[in-house]
Amino acid sequence: MSLAEKGDLLEGVTRVIREAGADVAEASSRIWETHKVFASSEGSRIEQTITECGAAMSATANGDRETQRRSYPGIRGQYGTRGWELVRELDLPGNAPRIAAEARALLSADGCPSLDATDLILGSEQMALQIHESVGHATELDRILGWEASFAGTSWLELAQLGTLRFGSDLMTITADATLPGALGSFGFDDEGTPAHPVDIVRNGIWTGVLSGRDSAAMAGLESGGAVRADGFDRIPMVRMTNVGLLPGTDSLDAMIAATDDGILMDTNRSWSIDDKRLNFQFGCEIGWEIKGGKRGRMLRNPTYTGISPRFWGSMDMLGNRDEWTFWGTPNCGKGQPMQIGHTGHPAVPARFRGIRVGVRG
Amino acid sequence: MAAAERVLVLVARASAGAQAEVSVRLGREALTRFANSRIHQNVDGESSHVSLRVAEDGRVASASLDGPLTDETLGRLVDDALASARVRPVDPDWPGVAAPAVIEAVDHWDEETAAAAPGDRAHRVADFVRAAGGLEAAGYCSTESVVLAFANSAGQAAVGRATSADMDGIARTATSDGAARAASVRLADLDGGALGERAATKARTTADATDIEPGRYEVILEPQPVADVLSFLGIYGFNGRAVADGSSFARVGEAQFDARITLRDDVTDPGQTGVAFDAEGTPRRPQDLVRAGVTSTIIHTRRTAARAGSGAESTGNALTGVWVAGAVPTALVLAAGDQDDDALLAGVGRGLLVTDFFYTRVLDPRTQVVTGLTRNGVWLVEDGRVVRAVRNLRFTQSYLEALAPGNVRGVGARRSLVGDGWAGHALVPSLHLGAWSFTGGARG
Repeated sequence: MSLAEKGDLLEGVTRVIREAGADVAEASSRIWETHKVFASSEGSRIEQTITECGAAMSATANGDRETQRRSYPGIRGQYGTRGWELVRELDLPGNAPRIAAEARALLSADGCPSLDATDLILGSEQMALQIHESVGHATELDRILGWEASFAGTSWLELAQLGTLRFGSDLMTITADATLPGALGSFGFDDEGTPAHPVDIVRNGIWTGVLSGRDSAAMAGLESGGAVRADGFDRIPMVRMTNVGLLPGTDSLDAMIAATDDGILMDTNRSWSIDDKRLNFQFGCEIGWEIKGGKRGRMLRNPTYTGISPRFWGSMDMLGNRDEWTFWGTPNCGKGQPMQIGHTGHPAVPARFRGIRVGVRG
Repeated sequence: MAAAERVLVLVARASAGAQAEVSVRLGREALTRFANSRIHQNVDGESSHVSLRVAEDGRVASASLDGPLTDETLGRLVDDALASARVRPVDPDWPGVAAPAVIEAVDHWDEETAAAAPGDRAHRVADFVRAAGGLEAAGYCSTESVVLAFANSAGQAAVGRATSADMDGIARTATSDGAARAASVRLADLDGGALGERAATKARTTADATDIEPGRYEVILEPQPVADVLSFLGIYGFNGRAVADGSSFARVGEAQFDARITLRDDVTDPGQTGVAFDAEGTPRRPQDLVRAGVTSTIIHTRRTAARAGSGAESTGNALTGVWVAGAVPTALVLAAGDQDDDALLAGVGRGLLVTDFFYTRVLDPRTQVVTGLTRNGVWLVEDGRVVRAVRNLRFTQSYLEALAPGNVRGVGARRSLVGDGWAGHALVPSLHLGAWSFTGGARG
């Protein structure tokens, strides 16, 4: 793939986005080819070459009082341990006019109503963020042990509850699996030389596992989860998410909508804020739709929702199926001091939650 | 400077007539981190980073290098940058490289800080832990030194250097955390014991925190949350790129802020850190962003100034390698008021004293509505006196409205240098604000 071809694609879609009515158009792609050599006094001699690739684009429309943005395939784009074929599959040109039109339409859409409790359906891209922030970080063992207390924070989870705490509904099964082909958080061996392997994090709603490394696992009396990575040779490897994601259920997004008498569908993350214990969160999406009588209705702007992690996950009563299972890739997870940027994967599907507070306003 | 000039020679050899600007950063960053009252990480690294931007027949691209500065590596850097430029279309907004200009003599440098050893940081950590008086302690102490050289094909050249030292820690009870922090050009200014004692006091006095109903309250924001507010205003509002994109609130000449607010971006302030030129070699001169409540200046890079037209010039706010960010303030200075901490407190009818903000994110850049949480100590104040500690709260608040005319009740006399959470430090006092919107408790 020539640099010119990549550049032409990105500049081409920004032109289309502007022509379709957006005020600001952005497109980007990022490619990493990392060759790692690891050696340890215990005899490990490991070489890995990992290719990562992905792209993103966005359309911003300016109104009199606010701006609206639509991103594709998501606010952070889509990334995987794959080559440029991933970018081709995204079909940026095919989606460019739509996101421009939606950004413009959002300016005149009704605002998301403020409701203390409603049915909420989240698209899979937003679910990836939900998993990352409220499950992935909460189950990092170094946080649980207090090693990140002053900066990123700790966790509301306590090791004594491992194996018994109810994290969510029976539909909630989450694994951390660095062996998933093509997912952004995949590798052969972590940066301590531990072979990649799947780890159960939540099984049928019960908290069963953590993200760990050799030192943290030893302190907790566990086997290493092989989840330690550094973002460069000059950084201390630390616990990072691998591919932390939901196993799919049996419903479809259409079935969730049809089964919802009065609710809101939200998708594409726009803002994210969560407390230092990973308990109280408020997330905003780029776009929402009202659902009435089982049908998708009017577009809603500035949709937000808030909740407390175990209560939120406990309210999940419908879960998307394998046909809608996407391995989302987050290329910009920040952690540590000095700061390190991690690449994490999040298999996700749409899901429905009951009794959620939405439309938080200042 | 020799490396920067070498890169220019290599560019000229590869492409006669091409414009080029190069920054060479030699840095040392060291950080000692502690948790559970013991040091669990210590890092100390030296780095060299070269950033090159070239323009060949109006086609612009950049490349960077981390590693040894040899003819081979620098040559590859030049080749990569030119190869990228040659596949780009002509950039109609390329403003050209900066003409030669005098850089103000600023030397935020301390030799002892640049030479700090792990033991220098470790004993401050020990002092913090000791002063926490048996409470669990966590945090870090860091030292940084940077020497920056810039040169471009128009003849602008500059060399600068800066050091900074930061210490930030919490003391923890079973039910609460209390934080204290300090930053300076000089490590010698950081007193680990004083910080540990302050953090412990905050932790102990919030151990019995109770809930409070969300709602609108007066607030006293300590320096860290004040820096957070000002940083968002800077990046999303005073930034020339945001103005050009139509997403900025800023309207020059309007009294958009309370008259008590006077804010500038000023690396020359003796209390600040950093070097006095930006990634394009433009001198960083003091910029009045807000003067007695009136929005006064939009900050620019060379590109955003060219787009703005009407004689706008770069204010020296371009960041190396982050061209898309536009103009970013990295040395915010908020004018001090005349109220000491007790006087600020005395002015509160019923409000909350807030130590820190955490995980703040903008919901809309134009309205500056931000959501986040409090952290590390919140107290209810009634009739000028602290009456009890309260648990953390979530807020959803327009930062612009928070500083709007009539809403700033008091400005502290004592200022602190704190990290701004982005790329620099802010020198700011505490603020008493008339209303702040808390939209939820931390427990939902």
